[in-house]
Amino acid sequence: MAKRIDVSGLTAYYGTHKAIDDISMTIEPRSVTAFIGPSGCGKSTFLRTLNRMHEVTPGGRVEGKVLLDDEDLYGPGVDPVSVRREVGMVFQRPNPFPTMSIFDNVAAGLRLNGMRRKSELDDIVEKSLRGANLWNEVKDRLNRPGSGLSGGQQQRLCIARAIAVEPDVLLMDEPCSALDPISTLAVEDLIGELKERFTIVIVTHNMQQAARVSDRTAFFNLAAVGQPGRLVEIDDTERIFSNPSVQATEDYISGRFG
Amino acid sequence: MSHTATATAATPPGSLRGARLPQWAPYAVAAGSVAAGLGISAAAGLHSSVQWALIAAVLYVVATYGLSARVEGRRQAEDRVATSFVWVAFLLAVVPLASLVWATVKRGVKVLDGYFLTHSMGVVGDAEPGGGIYHAVLGSLEQVGLATVIGAPIGVLTAIYLVEYGRGRLARAVTFFVDVMTGIPSIVAGLFVLSLMLMLDMQPFGFAGSLALAILMMPVVVRSTEEMLKLVPDELREASLALGVPKWRTVLKVVLPTSVGGITTGVMLAVARITGETAPVMLLVFGNPFINANPFEGAQASLPLYIYQQYAQSAGSPYAYDRAWAASLTLIAFVMILNLVARGIARWKAPKTGR
Ligand SMILES: Nc1ncnc2c1ncn2[C@@H]1O[C@H](COP(=O)(O)OP(=O)(O)OP(=O)(O)O)[C@@H](O)[C@H]1O
Ligand SMILES: [Mg+2]
Repeated sequence: MAKRIDVSGLTAYYGTHKAIDDISMTIEPRSVTAFIGPSGCGKSTFLRTLNRMHEVTPGGRVEGKVLLDDEDLYGPGVDPVSVRREVGMVFQRPNPFPTMSIFDNVAAGLRLNGMRRKSELDDIVEKSLRGANLWNEVKDRLNRPGSGLSGGQQQRLCIARAIAVEPDVLLMDEPCSALDPISTLAVEDLIGELKERFTIVIVTHNMQQAARVSDRTAFFNLAAVGQPGRLVEIDDTERIFSNPSVQATEDYISGRFG
Repeated sequence: MSHTATATAATPPGSLRGARLPQWAPYAVAAGSVAAGLGISAAAGLHSSVQWALIAAVLYVVATYGLSARVEGRRQAEDRVATSFVWVAFLLAVVPLASLVWATVKRGVKVLDGYFLTHSMGVVGDAEPGGGIYHAVLGSLEQVGLATVIGAPIGVLTAIYLVEYGRGRLARAVTFFVDVMTGIPSIVAGLFVLSLMLMLDMQPFGFAGSLALAILMMPVVVRSTEEMLKLVPDELREASLALGVPKWRTVLKVVLPTSVGGITTGVMLAVARITGETAPVMLLVFGNPFINANPFEGAQASLPLYIYQQYAQSAGSPYAYDRAWAASLTLIAFVMILNLVARGIARWKAPKTGR
């Protein structure tokens, strides 16, 4: 089900403030693409334009094209709600629904979209929790509140919730920044497994993580303070980390600035 | 370390442990201050309990500071003074409240019994013994119930509009009108409905009172619900939207359940507030010594109005005064129960941490 993403000439604004300028790239299906770059260069903003979450922010506005297997997400008549069903998202901070149990959290996307049959829900919840490497830890307490889990477990719960609706693409915004090394490893392993089925895009500040999990890496940067962020280069991860074609990328990766 | 002589004396250099007043010291100081306050006012021939209590409070604060500064050092002394100010303020707030409840209970229980709660004033003159508040309780319940049925949903929906959907001109206008409505005196709300009633050439009836009460209730519900909805983190809304859930379902299934405890508390408090309103009820419902269970036709009674009328129309009859107090006690008990229910619901519905 994984789909290709083709971005061309994408510019995003917050009110009158231009946050990212003229970004074009192709994201291959069944691959992991990592976004790296200094803080404030627009990685999260760009990621959120890929499932039309950017416009949820007051004043958020987008120009340009995002093709999901040849269908323009910003074309006329496209419903953002159906876009978000195909392009799921995991946030930086784990955000399980506090009023719902673990089971209900995973089932939330399906239930809120109208699926009711208990047996089918049971199956999908178990499959998603297994997919998120969380099943063994929570199978005995599916009816306990989701907010009672540890931070790492909560993040995997959010991943389970996102994959339960079977999206084509999974966007992850620094999914490990609040996690310990062991949970991080669990999530990274999970990403490796998930890329068999989904197209994955991950924002990270951790160079090793980008090198470990991704097939391709995109480096974003600001031309100068106050300028919008732009894409410097995107290439195979190995090349970016060994022999990038732009000097700024090498400087950033080796820690000489940013 | 500190620069003052007392503090240096109290804190030996190089030690983390300073001298501390014993645990019982504050109580001893309090007892001493009260005794001194009583002594001083007796000597000066003052009779008001307010006066000796004030003297005792001042003495307590001064003595605490002096004692603590000598023994513990200045920082501790300031801490204790701040603490005692908090206590004094607390007592200032609680004493009138407690004495009000005490007076109401003491005078209210005299005639408050099963008979009183189940009979009306239909055949009892205002100055005679006997009678009850059944008709007033019934009227209050119906009027407040109807007002809530009208006011609470409109208030909650308005708040949802303002927080979740409202952008630009319309939202600003609504906010402005809610602010204006918050400031409407209850008598004005009553007069507003009264003018409608006169225009339509109608006689007083319960539902007219409900309308005025609903007008008073709405802005309170809007404000409290707004605050509760704003407390719901945007991350939850985004999490739901990112699952491909439409906005209205996100509001219905994620935002409202997360805040339902607080919203209910706000509605209950608004109900408690309008239950005690007298002015609009006096204008629109008029009062009625007989039982009238139909809020849509004919004058009705209501608890606050009953209290007022027993007091004002009985020419000083002690029986009427007893009834007024008993009705007050019933009203306070009703509001208190509402508050307890609201707290119970808030606790029951609060998002669970499960830890
Ligand atoms: N809600 C918002 N309103 C206005 N401006 C915003 C908003 N969110 C982000 N911005 C601006 O957009 C630019 C890009 O922000 P963004 O969050 O995309 O950066 P980022 O690359 O994700 O940074 P980080 O690595 O710190 O998460 C920044 O200049 C930021 O100030
Ligand atoms: Mg970010």
